[in-house]
Amino acid sequence: MNILIVGVGGQGTLLAAKVLGEYATLRGDEVKLSEVHGMSQRGGSVVTHVRYGKQIHTPVIWEGGADVVLAFEPLEALRYAHFLAEGGRVLTNQTPLPPMSVATGLAEYPDVDAQLDAVKVPATDLALAAGSIKCVNMVMLGALTRLLDLDYDTMRQAVQNSVKKALDMNMEAVRLGYEALK
Amino acid sequence: MKRLMLTNQAIAQGAWQAGVRVVSSYPGTPSTEITECTAKFKEIHSEWAPNEKVALEVGIGASMAGARAMVCMKHVGLNVAADPLFTAAYTGVGGGLVIVVADDPGMHSSQNEQDSRFYARSAHVPMIEPSDSAEAVAFVDWAYRLSEQYDTPVLLRTTTRIAHAQSMVELGERVEVPLKEYQKDAPKYTMLPAHAKGRHLVVEDRENRLKADCLSFPQNRVEMRDAKLGVVCAGAVYQHVREALPNASVFKVGMVYPLPIAAIAEFAQKVDELLVVEELEPFIENQLKANGIACHGKDLFGLQGEITVAHILNKVLGKALPTAAKVPGRPPLLCAGCPHRGVYYVLRKLHCVVNGDIGCYTLGALPPLSAVDSVVCMGASIGMAHGFKYARPDAKNVAVIGDSTFVHSGVTGLINAVYNHSGITLVILDNRTTGMTGHQDHPATGKTCMGDPAPQLDLEALCLACGVAKVDVVDPYDMAACEAVLRDALADSRERVVIARRACIMKERVLDAKPLSVSDCRGCGKCLGLGCPAIVKSEGKAVIDRTQCVGCKLCKDVCPFGCIGE
Ligand SMILES: Cc1ncc(C[n+]2csc(CCOP(=O)(O)OP(=O)(O)O)c2C)c(N)n1
Repeated sequence: MNILIVGVGGQGTLLAAKVLGEYATLRGDEVKLSEVHGMSQRGGSVVTHVRYGKQIHTPVIWEGGADVVLAFEPLEALRYAHFLAEGGRVLTNQTPLPPMSVATGLAEYPDVDAQLDAVKVPATDLALAAGSIKCVNMVMLGALTRLLDLDYDTMRQAVQNSVKKALDMNMEAVRLGYEALK
Repeated sequence: MKRLMLTNQAIAQGAWQAGVRVVSSYPGTPSTEITECTAKFKEIHSEWAPNEKVALEVGIGASMAGARAMVCMKHVGLNVAADPLFTAAYTGVGGGLVIVVADDPGMHSSQNEQDSRFYARSAHVPMIEPSDSAEAVAFVDWAYRLSEQYDTPVLLRTTTRIAHAQSMVELGERVEVPLKEYQKDAPKYTMLPAHAKGRHLVVEDRENRLKADCLSFPQNRVEMRDAKLGVVCAGAVYQHVREALPNASVFKVGMVYPLPIAAIAEFAQKVDELLVVEELEPFIENQLKANGIACHGKDLFGLQGEITVAHILNKVLGKALPTAAKVPGRPPLLCAGCPHRGVYYVLRKLHCVVNGDIGCYTLGALPPLSAVDSVVCMGASIGMAHGFKYARPDAKNVAVIGDSTFVHSGVTGLINAVYNHSGITLVILDNRTTGMTGHQDHPATGKTCMGDPAPQLDLEALCLACGVAKVDVVDPYDMAACEAVLRDALADSRERVVIARRACIMKERVLDAKPLSVSDCRGCGKCLGLGCPAIVKSEGKAVIDRTQCVGCKLCKDVCPFGCIGE
């Protein structure tokens, strides 16, 4: 399974990858992750790679190789859509975060719906309902659990093993994301 | 016990297991976490040196005294440390000495794409390259054995896709390695010409032995599968090749310098076609070709950026390479409330030429601030500003540098500017941390890498000691004060330093500050010119995102109509 997690620096893609890595480990799969630190943390476009299965060589997902693009922001879903494998799916938070060029009126936010067939989740609203905008990542993990028919209890266990702060709120966020895709 | 581990953490684990006692480094993506992780082991003295040259000298000293030592840096850091490297190759080691160097193909967070493998070749130092976290632990152990057996520093190279990848690691125990006995040995450790001539012979002999011995190192390994295609590769690329071409035969290079040429020649004999897949320069390819081994390589893959599985599928199997949609870019930004922002706004207003430097504040080069004219390497701002000013004495140019970068290699530039008198103005953006690489301490923060209190380097006193005419300290949130001080400094014919001091917003939240909001916006767009991620234009008007705003009030100060308030 190749899951490309994309978003904006600060949205918690690294933690989401860690939870998925833990999930796959609990299921007995081999796991590899690839991430980029540094520059990209400061509000820039970020991408984290999660691969698991019986035998994994490269930790890096390639253009045309992702089973799922898990996007925390719609424009980022579109930016990385060419990573999708044939039959791959996009699961995205539906709330846009305009990049600086759009925020200052120099560029236009693209019509993502017209260009991309994606399953959408109101993850920002659900995160706020759970208690903080910071748990968009957990809402998206909940939704992913439903989309891929992953084991819900194992996912909850993986969150418990990986998340250090505000566990109750994060669990609630996972639940809201899971329910949202019913 | 097994754990999913970042390779940088695995390198630290490997160092601990190998009995390393001293680690000295300067931060640099993607190498930084190694030293942050060794700092958690009480058996290892870990430190941030002010720059990579000092770090390597610390490593050389510890090794000479008999301890196993490690020094970590990013690729451009090895340029800074190149001087001691080339001569440490002559002195050899006491305790094992390993230098970890992290290349960054694709420039995820670097100013160039240089290939550090050439340093191994020109300094005549062996270089090894692991392919994942588990192999990194094993290779650190191997590196120390090589270092002590062959009496040489060893380079351990990673790239971003190795350093920042995670895979499973089996944790081992630490093996205490006793200090090697120290005996004065001037012909080995005191490199003056008479001694160095003798040592140069030792270097050549050692390399010849390594060239022969590496042919049978198990870390250089042949994996015979289908004989139609044989691929030579190392590091991250090995994993991409295995993924893309599961049936191809592979020569996995564990030691990239010296290369096991005769072993690769033998492999070439067994396959119909030989392909070298390597990122950056044709380092392996050219050596094979020079030895008469026909192969493909850069004719297919080129010099730019990273190689992915998709590139290999495209070049070898002709599979189409999917192309990306054209969408607005999203470069990283100065954070909401970043203390660097106000200074750039003022420098723009004063129409200064800004000789910039490397750090978070490099991001002031991007629109809408667009405040930076040049960036070359760490510390370059001051020398460049001095040169610029000499060529154009009436130029209104300033050097802008961060606190960590000033200590790294800026201070020598300042000494020069005073000594050779150009009358430049230097702005030190002192946010009390090494921000860009994730908030490491440095000599002016008053804390060590291991979290202990330390004497705090006094930047004002240091600049005055360099001989500058005046040092002013301003709060970068107070743009009026910044402007007044900068105008005064620019009008002065003597060297002046302005220290804009305020802690990085990611380290210390502003006390009592409340998020701001806009009322009755006239749509003039002035506040948008600050490039603050908390301010968005919506239907012609500025809107402040209260979840992002930290209340620094710069926008309140630039709004000509008083529309912004708490
Ligand atoms: C020779 C070299 N070593 C390390 C780096 C990595 N690096 C880039 S900027 C930086 C330090 C920035 O700290 P500072 O000057 O305090 O500015 P800040 O990011 O805090 O604004 C480092 C370590 C580099 N680019 N070149």
